[in-house]
Amino acid sequence: MIEAPTWEIWAVIAGLGFGSFALRYSFLGLIGGKELPDWVLRHLRYTAVAVLPGLVAPAVIWPAATQGEPDPARLAAAVVTFAAGYLSRNVMIAVIAGALTLYTGLWLTP
Amino acid sequence: MRETTRKAAFWTGVRHGAPFVFLLVPFGTLFGVVAAEAGLNLLEVMSFSIVVVAGAAQFTAVAMMQDAVPTVIVLITSLAVNLRMAMYSAALTPHLGAAPAWQRVFMAYFMVDQAFALSSVTFEERTEWSVGEKTAYYFGVIVPVAPCWYLATLAGALIGEAMPEALALDFALPIVFLALVAPALRTLAHIAAAATSIILALVFAWLPFSLGLLIAAIAAMVVGARVETWQEAQR
Repeated sequence: MIEAPTWEIWAVIAGLGFGSFALRYSFLGLIGGKELPDWVLRHLRYTAVAVLPGLVAPAVIWPAATQGEPDPARLAAAVVTFAAGYLSRNVMIAVIAGALTLYTGLWLTP
Repeated sequence: MRETTRKAAFWTGVRHGAPFVFLLVPFGTLFGVVAAEAGLNLLEVMSFSIVVVAGAAQFTAVAMMQDAVPTVIVLITSLAVNLRMAMYSAALTPHLGAAPAWQRVFMAYFMVDQAFALSSVTFEERTEWSVGEKTAYYFGVIVPVAPCWYLATLAGALIGEAMPEALALDFALPIVFLALVAPALRTLAHIAAAATSIILALVFAWLPFSLGLLIAAIAAMVVGARVETWQEAQR
């Protein structure tokens, strides 16, 4: 249970909302239409493939749902999702293949 | 002419964003359930999803408040989870920065993982698109995504009881992100960046405040850029 007084809850909501907006607005709002230098663009091309794999890797290896114990069903689902996505170049095919693997795996492992 | 291509770009965005409903409904419902069970009232739960619009940070904040962590630490940690948004903002600036200022305010408010992931991949493919078409696409993606997040939170807060664990909803996010990244690995530089990101995120997973992810992401961007430069020199 959250025991914090009401004003603290609202302080978290307001602070997190304002801070998140500031992070999102930062470059887009302040730099706007000005040209970014070439070396910056070269790095930004890789933001998606630099952030998303790192974001999911710990969740794949140490899932919170199993208290951080590696889980064969989740590992298999991650590998199949990745392989299906890489080979088919299609996001939906990858999601469906991954979900089917996950549920099959969970059903097979007690 | 311009009008019709903008409309087409908008609907392409809606179509690309629509599958995320299957992710956001369970994820948002789960947040509503967890926050309501933690003792937040309906107004507080809804304010989280409408003011913050960032699932991972919202979950982090609620979990830490339950542990009676001081407000300042709650804010720093949850905002650290959202530091990636600054990278999203930087990455989208070359594409959307020329849009009118008032549109950029709304773009910033709605800058969620899905909007960034789809836009950054699609804008790289559709190099012929103007700022107007890119803007239309971006808001097209938002149309199914954001209302879904609010309504799912509301549903969860009203249900207020545990979701069946057998659904393994904890793994919906990893699957969706992997499905997005794998097709985007078009060059050696992309593969090198992704591999760096995974390895360093695991090596530095012990660091507090999501700092490991930050280090991994910055290093991965540098590796991607270096490999690209090196490959161009080879030609």
